[in-house]
Amino acid sequence: MQSFSYVAARTLAEATAILAREGDQAKCLSGGTDLIVFLREGRRRASVVVDVKGIPELNQLSYHPQAGLTIGAAVPCHRIYSDPEVTAHYPGLIDAVALIGGIAIQGRATLGGNVCTASPAGDAIPALIAHQAVCVVASPEGTRELPIEQFFRGPGQTVLGTGELLVALKLPPPRPRMGAAYLRFTPRNEMDIAVASAGVAVSLSADGARFAHARVALGAVAPTPLFVPQAGEALINQPVSEAAVEAAARAAQATARPITDVRGTAEQRRHLAYVLTKRALWRAIERARTDGKERENGKLERGG
Amino acid sequence: MHQKVCVTAIINDEEVTFLCEPRQSLLEVLRDVLGLTGAKEGCNNGNCGACAVLLNGVLVNACLVLGVEVNGARVTTIEGIAPKEGLHPLQRKFLEHAALQCGVCTPGFIVAAKALLDRNPNPTEHEVRHWLAGNLCRCTGYDKIVRAVLDAAAEMRAQRQPT
Repeated sequence: MQSFSYVAARTLAEATAILAREGDQAKCLSGGTDLIVFLREGRRRASVVVDVKGIPELNQLSYHPQAGLTIGAAVPCHRIYSDPEVTAHYPGLIDAVALIGGIAIQGRATLGGNVCTASPAGDAIPALIAHQAVCVVASPEGTRELPIEQFFRGPGQTVLGTGELLVALKLPPPRPRMGAAYLRFTPRNEMDIAVASAGVAVSLSADGARFAHARVALGAVAPTPLFVPQAGEALINQPVSEAAVEAAARAAQATARPITDVRGTAEQRRHLAYVLTKRALWRAIERARTDGKERENGKLERGG
Repeated sequence: MHQKVCVTAIINDEEVTFLCEPRQSLLEVLRDVLGLTGAKEGCNNGNCGACAVLLNGVLVNACLVLGVEVNGARVTTIEGIAPKEGLHPLQRKFLEHAALQCGVCTPGFIVAAKALLDRNPNPTEHEVRHWLAGNLCRCTGYDKIVRAVLDAAAEMRAQRQPT
């Protein structure tokens, strides 16, 4: 492997100072499941590797009913799906982090790494878009926040500038009667990369008959993960019905602009965008009806 | 070449201090610096699981960890699985069920299976297959491995709660 120096950063100030000074030649290491492979294969160059997982802000995992969820960028997948509150409130995210790689990958691979690798097929990203995640970014000048759908510029490219570091992802608290789901198509059941994927979140009206809110995102059908606001808007105030779900899935499919590559053809991916959106929506609706109810009951029992 | 770094870690319950280059993986350090050759290099990119070890009790691929990252950490390799005398039940059941042929994948399978049984002493066949999806075997067709793990789990449960 190419030679580099290694710094285990302890603070945001220390890490961002190195990133600002070294520019492109500095690479952040959290779980390493992408970076170490990229460095070994020469797909990325580094003179210094900055290990960011010792920085407290990148290790937080906290949920509050009013504030929502904050997940530090260096929190590995296995910590996320082992957390009962994340599991209860953010099912779309759980679907995604539980199928990234195998168990040994999930022991190391982090949410921040999946976002910063910026693969069009990154499994966590459509789920994070559906859950309305916001990226918290630090630099020597301070911090800024931006919606995750604005974080990507192209395959492997993000909006992070020199000296900037992804600190955490913030997810708002779940809406009432909310359900979410992430689905992907892969030839193998495990240890594979999405040919196409869909992440969706819906919340239902008080009587459960209509959509109150919906968000739809697609993976691996464009140079970046795609937020499809038209698909969510097609559902709002519509009755929960085959026709409404069909319209949303067609709206999602219409925004897909896939390529043909080793994993699948453009035509197959366009088809998958439709099918996966539809299936993910029905799964999310089921969860909104069941998980949402349990959530409401739990709240009542706690007197909240 | 960048300067070597001094790293101290608990490896198989013993404190070990070693020098390594930042670019050396934990797998290279285990095999080439520390002489622990149980963990194998298969794909060297996280797909095959032949280098599986426990890092602070969590299953990881040693080829995707830098040696410098384990400073202050606890690492368990296949060499740390067996008791002082004899074999771990997983090792014995792999032999009894002929769950290996060439043996290159075996250390990774046993470390991964131990991580599963530490968390879930009574897994279903489906849970075993799902957990071991990150370990590849070209010889056995997996059935014997799955049976060995289920049998070891049963024996370990019986030993824990004698009837």
